[in-house]
Amino acid sequence: MSNQDPVWILGTSMTKFGRYADKDLIDLAAEASLGALDDGGVTMAEMDVLAAGCLYEANGGVGQRLQKQLGQTGIPVYNVANACATGATAVRTVMMAIKAGEAQMGLAVGVEQMGKMGMLGADRAARSDKQVFERKGRFGSVVGVEGRLGTNMMPGVFAQAGMEYAYENDGVGFEQFAKVAQKNHEHSTLNPLAQYRKAFTLDEVMSSEVIAYPNTLLMCCPTGDGSAAVVLVSDEKLKTLPREQQRRAVKVSASVLTSDPWTEGCQVQPDVNTLTRNAADAAYEDSGVDPADLDLVELHDCFATAELRHYDNLRLCEPGGAGEWIDKGGPWRDGEIPVNVSGGLLSKGHPIGATGVANLFEVATHVRGEAGDRQVPDAKVGLAHVIGLGSSCGVHILERSGL
Amino acid sequence: MGDETAPDEIGPKQMAMVEYLKLGDDPHLVAYVCDACGATYFDRRNACAACGARDFSTGRLANTGAVRTFTIVHRAARGVPAPYVSAVVDLDGGGRVKSNIINIEPTPSNVSLGMRVRLATYVTATDDDGNEAVAFGYEPEAA
Repeated sequence: MSNQDPVWILGTSMTKFGRYADKDLIDLAAEASLGALDDGGVTMAEMDVLAAGCLYEANGGVGQRLQKQLGQTGIPVYNVANACATGATAVRTVMMAIKAGEAQMGLAVGVEQMGKMGMLGADRAARSDKQVFERKGRFGSVVGVEGRLGTNMMPGVFAQAGMEYAYENDGVGFEQFAKVAQKNHEHSTLNPLAQYRKAFTLDEVMSSEVIAYPNTLLMCCPTGDGSAAVVLVSDEKLKTLPREQQRRAVKVSASVLTSDPWTEGCQVQPDVNTLTRNAADAAYEDSGVDPADLDLVELHDCFATAELRHYDNLRLCEPGGAGEWIDKGGPWRDGEIPVNVSGGLLSKGHPIGATGVANLFEVATHVRGEAGDRQVPDAKVGLAHVIGLGSSCGVHILERSGL
Repeated sequence: MGDETAPDEIGPKQMAMVEYLKLGDDPHLVAYVCDACGATYFDRRNACAACGARDFSTGRLANTGAVRTFTIVHRAARGVPAPYVSAVVDLDGGGRVKSNIINIEPTPSNVSLGMRVRLATYVTATDDDGNEAVAFGYEPEAA
């Protein structure tokens, strides 16, 4: 095959996101993996490569433990971790193996079991003050910096990312951020796989407990458990498979992974924008798809404040116009470009390793026309975006088969 | 940041909580400045993330600036008093820093984007020998 040939999603599946006290990590990964294999009409024996994405058990050999349940076929396994872009990185790993000609088919699975982990971020617990002060670390600090020199906890970091957008652009404030959460919670009511499926009024969103202003509780994604998987296949191999498998296959028109290039102040407040713009622009160029062509977008709404910025970063709205865009309903499921019709991370949930695969499941399911109650009518092309703080960004553009 | 003349400790009793805060009569921040491209950093460096150069000088940053972004943290890490205001400040003359906005009531009406602020220091913790850790934050310039 030529490495210019597209790679295809042959099968995909996800577990419902939620909390599974009665299952372990491998149960979840196995459910999604077997689901993806069945959906693609293939078996573990046909896989040439396996990539397993899991953040909190990154050193736990998740891929091999999964093989012990599904089939030890001796294929290469890559266990990957890349913050919240872990799942997308697993997908890219399989894709690169196919592009490199080392594999014809491969399985990428993302999984996480977080339970009620609480807020994530550096210094989850503030460092207890030393008995006798001693300088430590790269900042030569004598006491913990969390809460003393600002916050590094996720709700605050992403609140600051959103407020920075408000600083740079007119028409953006608490209400615009809150509208994002109102939308995603409303969307989630149609998705049986979402962790939460409850609609809230704008007033309820704005008056719920403040976590890190302007993010209230209903503007923060939950922790949870879940898994998602895709089976990828080369163009050459796909064309040897039965018509029905070809028809349901979803073309991966672009697959891009970026990290954060240096920008002013980026080591003080993470810049979640430049790497997203770089990834999106590369994906649009690779695929020849224009933002206006998109029928749906699943983007990384870990916090409502983040989603608003990404309308602009992904070129869904006019530059600087994200506030106006949400005000006029642009990203609602009946709007200009539906964003997070799954309910997004805010309500579908965010089991970290699974997230970047689950958004491919969502877009693929829509372009196949198989999304049931939440189907975006006649969806042909969609974009999936994830960002992991640190930072790493994955953007995929998927298109209906046409075969 | 050893080539800076201002001391980071005064006698046995007070220590700056991070090395890039310098105490004394004129408390201020210092940064590593890349000799090649001028990028600034607060942490010990191996090389410049912006241009790859390996030589740095130490430079003093301004004590005044404007709030670029902020959040009011209500649910804080264990042991951290809340609510408090976390902010990123664009310093006059260059450099960006994150810290708390202090000496105000932490409500949305008291903090605004672009608000002028200045550096202020305070004792944040004391160890068993009586040494005090001194932190810095930013207070409204108008106050």
